[in-house]
Amino acid sequence: MTTNPNGIRAPALMLPAIVLVVALAAGCTSAPKQSTEPVTSRPVPTAPTTTAPLETTRPVYAGPWEDPGNPLYQRTIYFDYDTAEIKPEYLPVLKTHARYLGTNAGVKATLEGHTDERGTREYNLALGDQRAESVRRLMIADGVPPNRLSTLSYGEERPANPGHSEQAWRLNRRVVIQY
Amino acid sequence: MPRHQRRTSILMAFAVVLFGFGLGFGAGPVQARLNIEVTGGVEAAQPIAVVPFGVSDGLIPPVDIAAVISADLARTGRFRAMPTRDMLDMPARHEDVDLRDWTLLGMNNLVIGRVEPDGSGYRVSFILYDAFRGDQLANSTLISTKAGMRNTAHRISDIIYQKLTGQRGVAATRIAYVTATGQGEGQTVTLRVADADGYNPQTIVSSGEPIMSPAWSPDGRRVAYVSFENKRAAIYVQELASGRRELVASHPGINGSPAFSPDGRKLAMTLSKDGNPDIYVLDLTSRELVRLTDHFAIDTEPSWSPDGQQIIFTSDRGGSPQIYRIGSGGGPAQRISSEGDYNARASYSPDGRSIVLVTRVSGRFRIGVLDLDRGFTRVLSNGSLDESPSFAPNGSMVIYATIHGGRGVLAAASIDGGGNQRLSQDSGEVREPAWSPFIK
Repeated sequence: MTTNPNGIRAPALMLPAIVLVVALAAGCTSAPKQSTEPVTSRPVPTAPTTTAPLETTRPVYAGPWEDPGNPLYQRTIYFDYDTAEIKPEYLPVLKTHARYLGTNAGVKATLEGHTDERGTREYNLALGDQRAESVRRLMIADGVPPNRLSTLSYGEERPANPGHSEQAWRLNRRVVIQY
Repeated sequence: MPRHQRRTSILMAFAVVLFGFGLGFGAGPVQARLNIEVTGGVEAAQPIAVVPFGVSDGLIPPVDIAAVISADLARTGRFRAMPTRDMLDMPARHEDVDLRDWTLLGMNNLVIGRVEPDGSGYRVSFILYDAFRGDQLANSTLISTKAGMRNTAHRISDIIYQKLTGQRGVAATRIAYVTATGQGEGQTVTLRVADADGYNPQTIVSSGEPIMSPAWSPDGRRVAYVSFENKRAAIYVQELASGRRELVASHPGINGSPAFSPDGRKLAMTLSKDGNPDIYVLDLTSRELVRLTDHFAIDTEPSWSPDGQQIIFTSDRGGSPQIYRIGSGGGPAQRISSEGDYNARASYSPDGRSIVLVTRVSGRFRIGVLDLDRGFTRVLSNGSLDESPSFAPNGSMVIYATIHGGRGVLAAASIDGGGNQRLSQDSGEVREPAWSPFIK
């Protein structure tokens, strides 16, 4: 769980949803077992250990990167086909994030690498890894302590746009900085 | 899946997680099966008549054995099965057969048979004739359980295929494949194993996160795969019969491309734990991990030669993805693909004389077979995003993933160009097929 400089705990927003899920799940136990699907593994929501008061008068952000008015809001950079080379136009964006990470102890980021669907899945998994790694190296060179950064490649498995055109592909060749 | 069922299964999954149980995997209930369509290439096929099998009075076999055999033979692309409605006679015993009737109808071969009760199961007998010479090419009896009747039919198909072609049949083999329904957060990805004709699908593992790269052990009892279920790629090896599985690789970075050695003792894989994607070999018994390549480029998609001496892999060390070969114990890597600017995901044919790969032709990704002796690639498919080719264990066909009607489906093509088929689900995407070895 990440506490950002605004002192708001990120998972607090998830609390009502989890309570609802628990309630529904409990209500489900007597329901007929009509699902033909086996029990599936799903992402595990982080169970909240602390509650925080929800403010309703203004938007609550998990961090400045969720505020459209903040320069950290831009968290995605895009790549050309079959390359992990960072385009010069994204250097300022990465510098902004590097400065934030370098000056806020306790904030960590995962660099998520993605590709378009062209080419083979495992090659793309490797390419996504190289894209995330390029960003990681650049941010470390910009002064971010290495232990604040991790990489995760999804290859072509998580497209931002599921289409089969260049319009979709250019949105899918990306690294997302996830706080 | 209807919406209420989906919601129920999602909630059940949350409930399982919240109550501290593990993951859902192992043999599941009946699933949507793959529909197979033969899409071409039957003109050059040999005509054969498989007469509906005779049954003892009052017996209702669970499976139309002759129909299963006819479909199995037709799928190979080498046979054209006579429709039942064109048959003038339906003999079930040798004494009732007049082969001249069948030669007049243009049939080279005839299969008759019958099903009789045997305890709680069945006794299935059949005879394969050469209609012109009058010979019996096969005459045998198989004992079958009720549940095993489709498999018994596949075994008969394989006996017939072997007698007529000299090559071992693959009707009784299986395929592993990945299905996906929904998008993004609502996506369900499932690894399944089904019979080669698409029937009897079983769920191996299912997740809201990506599952990739199924690979069979050489004995056909285990499948290795990549799962992101813990929010990052990890490699598991799962025993099909018990559902028991083992986490074999979850290093920092990617853990991908598992490939069993031909003796089943080692698993080649791609790891990026040391900075960039390289090929490693894990000894599944001693857990010793050996790094095979060390290059700043991408090295991935390892595949073993049938004798276990060589590993081929994809590398972009020369500027574009190409296929390289290295000794399975290490040594220098040698480039083996020469045509084209994108060659990837290669694997050996069962006889080791060719490799099947993904090759880019005029900007389209297609399946090619590279003859290692002659050095040229023959393109087998005509899609634009074809991938994940896998040889049938007899080397006669290649199954691969393609897009049809905007949707991911599987296709199979004969190596000799004789037959093609398409395998799809009623809904969702199907991808990453892996053809099993021969099942003993």
